[in-house]
Amino acid sequence: MNIVVAIKHIPSIADDLPVSGNTVDFDSVDFVLNEFDEQSIEQAVLVKEAVGGTVTVVGVDMIGELDAVLHLALAKGADKAVKITGDDPAADSHTQAKWLSEAIKGMSADIIFAGVQASNDLDGQIGPMLAAYLDMPYIGGVSSVEVAGDSATVNKEFAGGVGAKYEVSLPMVVGVQASVKPPRYAPVSKVRQVAQTATIEKVAPSGEVSSGLTMKKMAPPVVTGHAEMIEGSSKEVAAKIVELLKSKGLA
Amino acid sequence: MAQKYEKAIAIEKDNIVVDGIDVSGHWNRMFEQRVITEYTPELIEKIADIPNAESFANCYQCAKCVAVCPVDVVGNYGPRKLYRYAQTGMDLTEAPELWLCTTCANCLRVCPKEVNMVKIMPAAREQAILDGKFVPNELQQAFENTAKSGNPLGQPQRKRDAWIQSAGVPVPIIKDLGRKVNVLWYVGSYPSYHPRGIDAAAAAARIFNALGIDFAILGKEEKDDADSQRLAGEKGLFEMMTEQNIETFNKYEWDEMVVTGPHELNAFKNVYPKYGFERPVVHYSTFLARYLDQLKPLLQHSVEKKITYHDPCYLGRHNGEYEAPRKLLEAIPGVELVEMQRNRENGYCCGGGGGGMWMDSFTAKHTTMRLSEKRAMEAASTGANVLAVACPFEVSRFTDAVKSTGNEHVDVLDILELLDKSMRGE
Repeated sequence: MNIVVAIKHIPSIADDLPVSGNTVDFDSVDFVLNEFDEQSIEQAVLVKEAVGGTVTVVGVDMIGELDAVLHLALAKGADKAVKITGDDPAADSHTQAKWLSEAIKGMSADIIFAGVQASNDLDGQIGPMLAAYLDMPYIGGVSSVEVAGDSATVNKEFAGGVGAKYEVSLPMVVGVQASVKPPRYAPVSKVRQVAQTATIEKVAPSGEVSSGLTMKKMAPPVVTGHAEMIEGSSKEVAAKIVELLKSKGLA
Repeated sequence: MAQKYEKAIAIEKDNIVVDGIDVSGHWNRMFEQRVITEYTPELIEKIADIPNAESFANCYQCAKCVAVCPVDVVGNYGPRKLYRYAQTGMDLTEAPELWLCTTCANCLRVCPKEVNMVKIMPAAREQAILDGKFVPNELQQAFENTAKSGNPLGQPQRKRDAWIQSAGVPVPIIKDLGRKVNVLWYVGSYPSYHPRGIDAAAAAARIFNALGIDFAILGKEEKDDADSQRLAGEKGLFEMMTEQNIETFNKYEWDEMVVTGPHELNAFKNVYPKYGFERPVVHYSTFLARYLDQLKPLLQHSVEKKITYHDPCYLGRHNGEYEAPRKLLEAIPGVELVEMQRNRENGYCCGGGGGGMWMDSFTAKHTTMRLSEKRAMEAASTGANVLAVACPFEVSRFTDAVKSTGNEHVDVLDILELLDKSMRGE
């Protein structure tokens, strides 16, 4: 079974996001693997462990630092790594989906995993657009995948805590919300060993597409509210909280 | 593996001489291997077969360790118990018990058989990690942060020296200085990033300046020592950080390294020599105690506090420094120093060592209260209104613990902060 995982390298929001002009100041920010892609790699490896096959991880190299991410994925159980030499830190999800689809096209994928969304664009478009470019069905918000033959049983999450079980036929693109198990830990000794021996296939970006959006302005949000610390004994604090709730018409 | 034991039978020698004394007799079998008949040795052997964990098999169940184990005070633990659990079917590499030891070394201090949990635990944990067994999530996060960002807090490397702004005195970066210094001050991750850690770093900078110490820091080139990650089982991560750190340390000329934290002291002084780094490293308390004569006239403001001092395991038991911190505290005018019941060699662990710093939620599920909470209560029971510490892990741990145990009246302060208070007055 050919399992493909499309990943995204995104600016870290662990720190203040520096803005320069109408975009992120990409030189002053660390890049990290999209959190949902960590889940999606784990889910892909779990499927491989259950039914056999190979896991190929593919992503756009935004700032020339994707190797470390790919090495980690290989140490966690992926078999092949492919990087698209995009070298454009501002490439949006539409562009990335196009490049990814061109790279994945020749892989005869049976199932393609993508994180359901990423914290930079937050549009959840990579998965659906990949499916459209590759002419495959898409199911998103998925929290578990079990493959049997040429079909799979997936759990999809809906708002309000509702879940549904779907039987889907392969090939298929799956947008992963959460892996059925938390992502495994790859010991550094293993990652380093992989880094010394693994080969990463390089692919040039192919295809041009526009999201049709123009960025007019980017600015950090203005702080409007603030927290008030209430001092005093627990009785005094409780009394003040009651007073506050009453004054705001909440009690 | 088990064959060794099946063959073993109690042997009564006809004659046995111990230390030149003939002790022949039917009872002399006590000098021979005991026969295990009811329990299987496999799971003990499984641990003892891991390199560096051999001494696990030495245990003869005397239980001296249980009496001093800080985890047993808040749970059901202790090296002797681990051995017994293994005898009765527990695979340590898969049990929650694997992650509870803080490597505080109090058991080793009293163990007549030298069962060394400080070596056993890291080895067994490493095995579990390499075998893909359960690793607490919070701990994984700290490992990943260290590998990715160079510190367990996951803060950006380029902000490692941002704390300097709060010092209000010059803090030279060795790279910019471009010359040899007497003292290379390794600040450490928590003093660089943690809000309460920064307070201690800023205090240290002011003290060094006041004493006229010729010092510099590594700034953005400094990375975590990763000693606690090693003790938590991530030897590969430790070795990667060690290679990077040694390269950085050796890039510059300096006479002596001063570290803010005992864990860094342990790494650089006791472990790095195995990786080819052998240069003088001291904890700040040892270093400043040398300057007591110059320091005393600077301590102009009285600090009218009753202070109790918590011995960090990695400064005290692991590195033998008990007096320097106390001398510094006693040098502060107005201070009344009182001791907790468990002090010096028998100091009670704060729970932060051996990776415990990053397993609070996990540990909480397997203990009745945090070790730091137990210790905070002990500190409060002395009547002290300040709990003085000398390890960057402790300020945040004990600040939380005094709150959660209803002892907010006890201030948790690093010795550096107390010296700084006395120097500047507040």
